[in-house]
Amino acid sequence: MSIEELRRLASEIRARIIENSHKTSTPHLGSCLSCTDILVAAYFHALRIDPTKPRDPDRDRFILSKGHGAAALFQVRAIKGFYPEKMLENYGEDGGIFAEHPPTPSHLAGIEAATGSLGHGMPMGLGMAMAARIQRQSYNVIALMSDGECNEGSIWEAAMLAASQKVERLVAIVDFNKWQATGRSEEVLALNPLADKWRAFGWDAHEVDGHDMKALVELLSRVPNGSGKPIAIVAHTVKGKGVSFMEDDNNWHYRIPTADEVVRAKQELGVAA
Amino acid sequence: MRNAFADEITKLAAADKRVVLLSGDIGNNLFNKFKDIAPDRFYNCGVAEANMMSVAAGMALCGLRPIIYTITPFTTTRCFEQIRVGVCYHQAPVIIVGTGSGLSYAELGPTHHSCEDMAILRVLPHMTVIAPGDVPELRTGLRAALKHNGPVYMRIGKKGEPNMHASEPDFKIGKSFTIRPGTDVCLISTGVMLPVAVEAAKMLEQQGISARVESFPTVKPLDTDALKEIFQKNQVVASIEEHSRLGGLGGSIAEWLAAQDAPRARLVQFGTDDTFMHEIGVTNYARAKFGLTAENISRTVAARVTARRAA
Repeated sequence: MSIEELRRLASEIRARIIENSHKTSTPHLGSCLSCTDILVAAYFHALRIDPTKPRDPDRDRFILSKGHGAAALFQVRAIKGFYPEKMLENYGEDGGIFAEHPPTPSHLAGIEAATGSLGHGMPMGLGMAMAARIQRQSYNVIALMSDGECNEGSIWEAAMLAASQKVERLVAIVDFNKWQATGRSEEVLALNPLADKWRAFGWDAHEVDGHDMKALVELLSRVPNGSGKPIAIVAHTVKGKGVSFMEDDNNWHYRIPTADEVVRAKQELGVAA
Repeated sequence: MRNAFADEITKLAAADKRVVLLSGDIGNNLFNKFKDIAPDRFYNCGVAEANMMSVAAGMALCGLRPIIYTITPFTTTRCFEQIRVGVCYHQAPVIIVGTGSGLSYAELGPTHHSCEDMAILRVLPHMTVIAPGDVPELRTGLRAALKHNGPVYMRIGKKGEPNMHASEPDFKIGKSFTIRPGTDVCLISTGVMLPVAVEAAKMLEQQGISARVESFPTVKPLDTDALKEIFQKNQVVASIEEHSRLGGLGGSIAEWLAAQDAPRARLVQFGTDDTFMHEIGVTNYARAKFGLTAENISRTVAARVTARRAA
């Protein structure tokens, strides 16, 4: 897909996420909108995956370590073809699969790790990337984290092991939207300088505008990138990106949009009602 | 036990290319042979057990059979959520080995004791809990764990434990072994208390009480067929473990027992008290403090038998 097509797809997915939030009262809207472009760049450009073969041993792995972005992931994976988009009509229903966090791989095709408790997904991704080396396979692993998730010590434990083992097929992306659940991430636990922290931990760290599709695609196209190190991408993002009245407003961590707000959001995104 | 573990795991790794050993910065020389035969399948994950557990879960989801080895509290209580989410929720076939379990490291103080590990791990869905009573149970138990397609926790001792099995038993997860026959009482032991249980049985025999010893290397799932038979045939049943009386072998049996119709036998639990041991002391000192000696077990069980016969 061209960069422009990827951008349009991201807008379409944002609209679906917002509609779904309204319809099913699913929270974490701001967190989903901040990582939508990253998900699109990963799934529709970088990852070597075949939705008809979700268990292919040599597939690239993607782990939504920030599991609370599941509402975005579910839309992306439906459009990618892992399951019929129609399945999402049961979103949030009792007895269903689609809720606020990704289920286990046994319960939904193509999910690599059930997340929701922060600080687990990236270390599991490290295990998968180490397994690739042991099994002489050449797949890449991308783990997408939130900035709040970087509060977890296990992330930095994994960072050190990945560096000592030179796991160059592991990419850790931080959706750095500057907020966590209850406040500015910098004020809760001082994260900055975040890219320097990853560098200091032995990673090849890059900073990027997390809404610049072209830049994301370029970075994710080169894995491994020749540095011999695991790759960290600190993606500067805006929570609630794409809708003016949601952008950088942390109320949308939990707020559910009204019907009128859905209409206004779709207009701003340029998506037909 | 730990030398037997290192030897057995090396053999298993030679035969099965899926076996990967992850160590939390201990046992450096212990695993030299493993590193010789499988240098790309041994990882010292450092003093970072939470990450090590998640890494193992990730490897298991890719078809490998990771085995985690470090001192018991650090591979259980330290990283409990990683076990719950990464390993058990995903039903990942990871074998978690806790070395120096119970009071093996008594002299190192309560940070290195583990008298609650079986209690917290057995409540996790999909988890199997194994505590081998001697080296033959460890070797055969490890092989059974590797064949099992799900998470296994194995708590082992330190070194120098005597063999109670003359030869390798036919280890099946969830099945107990009769070590010594008897008809009046049954001493059910798990883990490294097995020789103490046998010694206590001999002391009871000298007092005219016929004592059976049953080894329960699997604490979850419990061998309930064996329990039914044991509680029907005996007057007194004792559970013996180097673990808290809360939630381990004795606790599990008590849960099962509460749902049974009028069993013949009464249960007496031997295990550690609900406390931290602040005094310094070696393993035998610590065991004695908690009544985990052949003398105390035989005396207490004999008194129960006498009381029942008088009643």
